[in-house]
Amino acid sequence: MDLDALGACLATSACVVTQATSGLIVGMLLFLVAAGVTLIFGVLKIVNFAHGTFYMLGGYVAYTALNATDSYAVAVLAGALSMALFGVLFERALIGRVYGSNVLMQLLICYAVVLIFDDVVKIVWGPEFHAMGMPPAFQVPPLFIAGGVVPPFYAMLIGVAALIAILLGLGLSFTRFGKTVRAAAINPQMLSALGVNTTLLFAIVFGVGGGLAGLAGALAAPVRSLSPGMGFSILIESFIVTVIGGMGSIAGALVSALMIGLVRGFGTIGFPQFTDGLIYIVMIAILLLRPQGLFGRRL
Amino acid sequence: MKQRPALRDATIAAVTLIVVLAIPYLHRSAAFEDFIIRLSAMALFATSLNLLVGNTGMVSFGHGMFYGLGAYAFGLTMQMTDLALPVAAMLAVLLTAFTALCVGAICVRLSTEYFAFITLAFQMLFYSVIISWQSLTGGDQGLRGGIPRREIFGFELASQLHRYQFCAVVAVIGLLVLRHISASPFGQTLRMIRDNENRAGFLGIVLWRVRLWAFTIAGAFAGLGGVLAALFVSGAYPELADWPNSGQAIFAVMLGGIDSFLGPVLGAAILLALNDVVTRFTEYYGLVLGIVILAFALGLRRGVLDFLRLTWPGRSP
Repeated sequence: MDLDALGACLATSACVVTQATSGLIVGMLLFLVAAGVTLIFGVLKIVNFAHGTFYMLGGYVAYTALNATDSYAVAVLAGALSMALFGVLFERALIGRVYGSNVLMQLLICYAVVLIFDDVVKIVWGPEFHAMGMPPAFQVPPLFIAGGVVPPFYAMLIGVAALIAILLGLGLSFTRFGKTVRAAAINPQMLSALGVNTTLLFAIVFGVGGGLAGLAGALAAPVRSLSPGMGFSILIESFIVTVIGGMGSIAGALVSALMIGLVRGFGTIGFPQFTDGLIYIVMIAILLLRPQGLFGRRL
Repeated sequence: MKQRPALRDATIAAVTLIVVLAIPYLHRSAAFEDFIIRLSAMALFATSLNLLVGNTGMVSFGHGMFYGLGAYAFGLTMQMTDLALPVAAMLAVLLTAFTALCVGAICVRLSTEYFAFITLAFQMLFYSVIISWQSLTGGDQGLRGGIPRREIFGFELASQLHRYQFCAVVAVIGLLVLRHISASPFGQTLRMIRDNENRAGFLGIVLWRVRLWAFTIAGAFAGLGGVLAALFVSGAYPELADWPNSGQAIFAVMLGGIDSFLGPVLGAAILLALNDVVTRFTEYYGLVLGIVILAFALGLRRGVLDFLRLTWPGRSP
């Protein structure tokens, strides 16, 4: 523990800006993944343990697409869209078969998919780390905000993720499809009786969730290196975010993802060894004081 | 036979033990003995988890915590003191049980999903403590320096044969005790809570107290499994308390059968055997394991033993 260093950091604006930026990056990427987890849980009542795999595959697909086309925008789109498709297929081929059966059976299937695709990645892309370079448009000198260093790419990432968060929130609140999705979260049988094709709806929700994870993976690829098994740690963290924010709540996911990101950003200075422990303590405290999470309804 | 289930179970356990102990005298095979030693640790771990998952309907994602705690407590006691091995093992199990009691007191009142996540959070907290408390636990390198394998009752635990015998005896006795617990009125109460907790509550059962007992007992037996694991690797590693390890136990339970007492043991054996066989042929162990799990999950829709019992009904569990 190094509270002096933390105090010294908080006293200088440069350090605050730098750490806050890195915290926001972590938080925003986490939000994109956790939003999918919470959306899928809210509507389908399924805890998707394979969500980290979507994130990982999104990154790898983007890597390949970038090498093939040399266009960063195409790479990100490819990562997101391919994972949306993958999500639909995953739901139809596997998860759809075990609705209503034991929760552990769903867990088992997700785990199998995680194992399989970790190895598929090893076979296709090799076990070594891959680095996806920064897109050339962003290879410019960093911005200086209040003395802190902010690479423009980071600013762009935060902006894109924030845009997605807003679109998702508005879409769920005001569009017809968003309202249908929220209705499905409350009572799918009733919705089905009213003539909505819930099978299709479930598949689409899974696709949206998968696409968000793929997008996060593709966006993160230039900042973090790609490796098989990279989905593992983000999965656990996105669960923490989901639980703290309230399962099924997008707003909760946003708030708690940013919170976790900032705890990470500043925790690395104050408690370099125990940042993870800090986050788990927050999670335990939330579960005890407010089991439904910050923004959740009671299950 | 039906009238004396305890006697029947004891007979089965005794016969199994005699067979397992006799094998090395007929044929020595290092691989087989290793397998049984690892299986004994894993079987205790998975079966104790099933006391929660299968019997009580409490899905704990953090059971690895107690497995790891048992291993670390045992390893550290053996390294730092001169206590005899059974005493150190007992201390480790008691410490694990006490920790399970404390953690359980916080967790057991939460409903299913939240219970799963809070146990996971406690386990990960424990894991980060192991990683960051380097002076005591050795951090991510694990507990090094080896665990002194002092002899007990003429057992020389440095010898593989004696270790094999020791682990087999401990595991069979542990499983027998667990079996007894799960067949007792207490075990019946657990299943009643699983099937209908409201009705159980109306009958005057204090739900949280019974659940807390189950959680504590399960933690203690997971700790015993951890002791055996520490004995086998002569050390303790943070991976023992990491969440993939809890996952392994859950999959052993699911694969073997959640409603059969011996299901988790079978599941653990399948997982370990798959590991041994597949890693010999290919480095893509996860790929093969994943496909096998998918085949089981989608084909049988339940654990192997549960499936067999449904296919040939009339046999006792």
